[in-house]
Amino acid sequence: MYDSGKIIPGLIIFVLFITIPIWYNRGTAASVPKPVLPKDAKMCVLPAAEIRSEHMKLLNTWRDEVLRTGDRGTFELEGKKYQKSLMLTCMKCHTSKKQFCDTCHTYASVKPYCWDCHIAPVE
Amino acid sequence: MDKNRRNFLKVAGISTLAGLGGTAVVDRLVGGTSLAQAAADSGHDVDQAKGAQGHGEIPSSSGNRYGMIIDIKKFQQDPSLGEKAVQACHSVHNVPQFPDKKDEIKWIWMTNFENAFPTSSNPYRDEATAKHQLPILCNHCDQPPCVRACPTKATFKNKDGIIMMDYHRCIGCRFCMAACPYGSRSFNWRDPEAFVKNANHVYPRRTRGVVEKCNFCDERVGAGKQPACVEACGESKAIVFGNLNDPDSEIRKMLKENHTIQRNPALGTIPSVFYIV
Repeated sequence: MYDSGKIIPGLIIFVLFITIPIWYNRGTAASVPKPVLPKDAKMCVLPAAEIRSEHMKLLNTWRDEVLRTGDRGTFELEGKKYQKSLMLTCMKCHTSKKQFCDTCHTYASVKPYCWDCHIAPVE
Repeated sequence: MDKNRRNFLKVAGISTLAGLGGTAVVDRLVGGTSLAQAAADSGHDVDQAKGAQGHGEIPSSSGNRYGMIIDIKKFQQDPSLGEKAVQACHSVHNVPQFPDKKDEIKWIWMTNFENAFPTSSNPYRDEATAKHQLPILCNHCDQPPCVRACPTKATFKNKDGIIMMDYHRCIGCRFCMAACPYGSRSFNWRDPEAFVKNANHVYPRRTRGVVEKCNFCDERVGAGKQPACVEACGESKAIVFGNLNDPDSEIRKMLKENHTIQRNPALGTIPSVFYIV
């Protein structure tokens, strides 16, 4: 091979350069978030796996039912009645937005606009 | 057929006439429709026709239709009532207080008689009318022009006849503000977060870039309560809220006993807010 003395170091420098993000951020990978769960409540409105993947859809369904169809009916869970409401139901158990909502949302880099209008509980 | 100039002109003339008038005749014959029916096909015209005759008739809608009677005399007798009602509404719904009047957000507010009823005011007003103000708010029209203007259905009439806002859908185009003849809607030019004092933690506030207005306290009425302004007026009965479609409701009794006026009924919007002058 002609000019192998230049090509091989060049290739090595090139590979090192384009892999900067990998070795520069090595070891700093964020750990899997551990949202703080409420202590007194045992059960959420849906099973854990379902609420984890579907909570945004559920909130949209609640919003449409309450606001559009005017169906403000309550639902029962472990003998207690709950409203279909983010501020009045979810955040009554999950009392900390920072320790619950934000942990995963920050990790997944999603920015839901809920809190532009809805008021998070005082912490 | 021999081609001479005379025959050519005949054919050309007939073709021209057929081209000009023929399509209309053919359409009429084929469709079998009259002009009246053609007009009826476009829904907007029907809406307008209904609206135009509307203020003399009771609109035939099923279900609830919430309305309000505001007794202007009671607001003249007790001038503190108005402030109480406005304060109650704005604190319950986290309505921001902007220092600049240009940014003002209002759901219910006090205004002069001639501003609320520009068509029924005259220069020789009685003293009480000239001196005092009256509360105005969204009229929750039966034929709401704002709902027709909204391109995203962010504003809509719900099953109780309340004109609602879904702030999630509002894109801030302000067509509804241009459409509303009563100026009942306000636009959030700035983020209201910092301007909501002592926020009510059971009701959301709004965000920058959405239009907001009175919601007839849908969240309270849905829970079986009276609207905040009605509650603030207390026992005075200066504002009475109820179902206009229920002939036995208090509001219908009061409408029967008193002469009431609506704001600009000639527009055919059929307001649900009535005033005892």
